Amino acid sequence: MPNDGQQYIKPDSMIVVRDLYKSFGENHVLQGLNLEVTRGEDMVVIGGSGTGKSVLIKCIIGLIKPDKGTIFVDGEDMTSFNEAMLNEMRKKFGMLFQFGALFDSMPVWENVGFGLKQHTNLKDDDIRGIVTEKLNLVGLKGIEELMPSELSGGMKKRVSLARAIAMEPEILLYDEPTTGLDPIMADVINELIIQLREKLRVTSIAITHDMVSAYKIGDRIAMLYKGKIIEIGTPDEIRNSKNEIVQQFIQGKSEGPITRGE
Amino acid sequence: MLKFFDFLGSLVIRFIEESGRIMLLFIKTLMWTFRPPLNLKNIVRQMEEVGVNSIPVVLIMSIFTGMVLALQSYTGFRRFNAEAFVGTVVALSMVRELGPVLSGLMVSGRVGAAMAAELGTMQVTEQVDALYALATNPIKFLIVPRFLAALFVMPVLVILSDIIGIIGGYLVSVTLLGTNSTIYIKRTWDYMKLDDIYTGLLKACVFGIIIATISCYQGFNTRGGAEGVGKATTKAVVLSSLTILISNYFITAMMF
Ligand SMILES: Nc1ncnc2c1ncn2[C@@H]1O[C@H](COP(=O)(O)OP(=O)(O)O)[C@@H](O)[C@H]1O
Ligand SMILES: [Mg+2]
Repeated sequence: MPNDGQQYIKPDSMIVVRDLYKSFGENHVLQGLNLEVTRGEDMVVIGGSGTGKSVLIKCIIGLIKPDKGTIFVDGEDMTSFNEAMLNEMRKKFGMLFQFGALFDSMPVWENVGFGLKQHTNLKDDDIRGIVTEKLNLVGLKGIEELMPSELSGGMKKRVSLARAIAMEPEILLYDEPTTGLDPIMADVINELIIQLREKLRVTSIAITHDMVSAYKIGDRIAMLYKGKIIEIGTPDEIRNSKNEIVQQFIQGKSEGPITRGE
Repeated sequence: MLKFFDFLGSLVIRFIEESGRIMLLFIKTLMWTFRPPLNLKNIVRQMEEVGVNSIPVVLIMSIFTGMVLALQSYTGFRRFNAEAFVGTVVALSMVRELGPVLSGLMVSGRVGAAMAAELGTMQVTEQVDALYALATNPIKFLIVPRFLAALFVMPVLVILSDIIGIIGGYLVSVTLLGTNSTIYIKRTWDYMKLDDIYTGLLKACVFGIIIATISCYQGFNTRGGAEGVGKATTKAVVLSSLTILISNYFITAMMF
């Protein structure tokens, strides 16, 4: 669908967020946020806990309706979509939730194969084949019949990742992919995210406050602060940023403009 | 004083708002119910959960209710020599009122709580969001099966409850109170109309809808972790029980 002229979208932009606002009562979470993600890029959004990182990606996939602003996904303004169109759009997405959000009532293979079961006519045997392949891709073997409650935190995240990529989406959203994992497991996940981008050529947005992960997986890093993106650039540019807020955050210092409440 | 009215006013507004949202969910559920495909596997699983697992409590509740009804109405009726009508009263009370209402309350306590807790947990652990993200509508996937299960299983439970209640009354009357067995059965059958049974079954269906809709609504609107799930569960049981009792009066009045 062509854009309405006044809002020009670069053809290589996969996701464009313009002037996004979202409040919950008096809690003004997003206040005029702008962000552009290029096709095939791995964008990392960093920011403190409770700054609205999850709200941002939930707006992008249509789980939260913004108060104001537009979001273009693959050139289309999804804020004007109805529920059926949103549903169609979501098939382009895969999402890794912070705690996995695996369905408790289903074994691993049904979790990973959920999208295939719902949206294709594949037989269970074929679905199992694809599930095994995706599980192998995230480094898991022989756990198809286990229930989510039998998995460790790191395994849950990887199964959830397998579920997110099962339908071969064009866009992947990662909500704090490494939070709560030990450093080694965190690095395994980082490596997986990098591999996936190379193997599947997906566009992705990862939100995190783990700087090790951000530097490692990000093509570009954007910092969210007080409802806006205050700085955006390559990992090197962010590392050398002159912005005191960014410096305090990436160095993890308790003294600085963020804690002074500026 | 003004503050009190302020408070009362906001309470009324909240009540109307909430009722409106529940109605909206009910309408959406209906719409999704008629949109194919039907997920038979999920429906059967829920019927098992709602129905099969509720049978023991409903049986125990019904037999004792039938028994106590027989005792109480015997005590009263003997005072004007109408003992012969115990069977009629037990049967009518069970079929028109106590079967549906007590089963409704039992099921809302057992099943309503479980629905609210399960969906509430799914909500706070982002499993409901995950369904959306996987391009699957949670109303279709989670609520419709529960709704259909409650709607179809409640009448079955109520029929079971009626029969067991009547048997309870019979046992007490015949073995304890020395009523003639043939007369008791005759009095039970002769005065029972098809209307009585219809009223009871209509109530059962309405109560099933109430339990599923309110409990699923509470589950879907759960906020704030494990504590929120607890609150949603309590609210689901209290609200659906009250709604059952209130709507019970109006259905009875309507069919009067
Ligand atoms: N559905 C919601 N209802 C009300 N408040 C919400 C909701 N989702 C998020 N919030 C609030 O928005 C703020 C940002 O939350 P979130 O995006 O989860 O932060 P984070 O950056 O840690 O992911 C928090 O203050 C949170 O309480
Ligand atoms: Mg978050």
